[in-house]
Amino acid sequence: METIIEIQHLSKTFGTNEVLRDIDFSVKKGEVVCIIGSSGSGKSTLLRCINLLEKPSGGRIIYRGEDILDEKHDIHAYRTKLGMVFQQFNLFNNYNVLGNCIVGQMKVLKRSREEATKVAMKYLKVVGMDQYINAKPRQLSGGQKQRVAIARALSMEPDVMLFDEPTSALDPEMVGEVLKVMKELAELGLTMLIVTHEMGFARDVADRVVFMDQGVIVEEGPPEQVLLNPVQERTREFLSRTLNQL
Amino acid sequence: MFFQKIITILSENWQMFLRGAAMTLYISVIGTIFGFIIGLVVGVIRTIPIPERGWRKPLLKVINWLLSAYVEFFRGTPMMVQAMVIYYGSAEALGIDMDRYAAAIFIVSINTGAYMAEIVRGGIISIDKGQFEAAHAIGMNHFQTMVYVVMPQVIRNILPATGNEFVINIKDTSVLNVISVSELFFTTKSIAGSTFIFYPPFFIACLIYFIMTFTVTRILRLIEKKLDGPENFILAGNQMQVARPEDMIRKNS
Ligand SMILES: Nc1ncnc2c1ncn2[C@@H]1O[C@H](COP(=O)(O)OP(=O)(O)O)[C@@H](O)[C@H]1O
Ligand SMILES: [Mg+2]
Repeated sequence: METIIEIQHLSKTFGTNEVLRDIDFSVKKGEVVCIIGSSGSGKSTLLRCINLLEKPSGGRIIYRGEDILDEKHDIHAYRTKLGMVFQQFNLFNNYNVLGNCIVGQMKVLKRSREEATKVAMKYLKVVGMDQYINAKPRQLSGGQKQRVAIARALSMEPDVMLFDEPTSALDPEMVGEVLKVMKELAELGLTMLIVTHEMGFARDVADRVVFMDQGVIVEEGPPEQVLLNPVQERTREFLSRTLNQL
Repeated sequence: MFFQKIITILSENWQMFLRGAAMTLYISVIGTIFGFIIGLVVGVIRTIPIPERGWRKPLLKVINWLLSAYVEFFRGTPMMVQAMVIYYGSAEALGIDMDRYAAAIFIVSINTGAYMAEIVRGGIISIDKGQFEAAHAIGMNHFQTMVYVVMPQVIRNILPATGNEFVINIKDTSVLNVISVSELFFTTKSIAGSTFIFYPPFFIACLIYFIMTFTVTRILRLIEKKLDGPENFILAGNQMQVARPEDMIRKNS
């Protein structure tokens, strides 16, 4: 299958802190990849480097055969191809639900208001928030906000969806509704790269699980292998620690 | 006795009071609006992220330095003295015969601009980083992020501070009497000077100032409320059940 994003020898340092070291990694079309690992291992930084919210210190990011770290590359156009869902939702406070889903389409993709609204409504329906188009972010629960944030990202009709711990800021009773939406997206065949601590979700939905520790990819493979029969000692340690907490 | 005096003075000089008040309001409205615009522009420029390299880096640094010099200078000197320097300075040093009203508006505007620039900058800095990141993540550039996401929130947040500047301007235009701008304080002084009665005219001026500032404060409060929108939202496809009778009547008529 076609490779959408390929990362070669990616590194990132903050001052003297080496957060990512020589990461090689790729995502194929239609794949669902879950990244797991303890806090501070560099998962967010990896995702943020992929959509250039952080500038990589070294290495290459190839998107559909093009090196996007090349000076000449239009990073704004590239970013419209990646949908990002943040832990803290980050809905635009000055827009209501519909506004959040159409402003990017209209201002960046230059779609007409009618077309943008049609697209937004389609994805708001997917996440079950089409009744709430008039609500402002502050009037929504955490789970609802995150579903709107997913619809906002989908409305740009990206190639890949990136999720950075989408359920970590939610009250436990709202985690399920967001995971359910993400599961449906996976079934629709979306390409997704998901940082998560939800091991059950990773096991059920991921095509591939990537375990990161201290800025390197320690192990990757199908969920049955990485989550149930890990080869690496560090993976085993991490899993026994997380599973003990349950 | 006191009231009688007030009524006599008012009935004989109400036109002058009104003209003075109108001039005060005129200068402070225009000055606040221009100052607000200056503040927005300066505040936005001062928060442009400085690129790591390229010709824009030194350019932006120089501009930032000039703008911060402007802000510091006008905030650090009294408006009354600035008025003297600018009005008489332009005449004596540069040979420009400035219209005193244009000078008045100019002085109030750049003064307000200096204060507003800092208020705007503070407003931009206080917007959650996540708002910028979410905008960048859907492909907006810095300019689009500012126009469509950040500044609408900043403007809403700094509205109270802007109202405060407006009220200060209404009061502080009184210092413009040093360049003989016929605002409320200046006209009151003339009335007192021609009648040799002092505190009743100033008492009247006091009331007029208060009415102006109080009204302005209330109006701004209303605008803030309006901008915030309704407390509750209406579920789409559900409007009929929650429509108020008034709405139904309007729709049917
Ligand atoms: N902007 C930053 N400046 C300095 N250090 C950072 C920054 N962002 C992240 N880090 C550091 O990078 C490391 C990895 O962080 P992160 O990618 O957020 O980990 P994870 O998402 O796996 O919990 C941490 O040690 C963190 O302190
Ligand atoms: Mg993280």
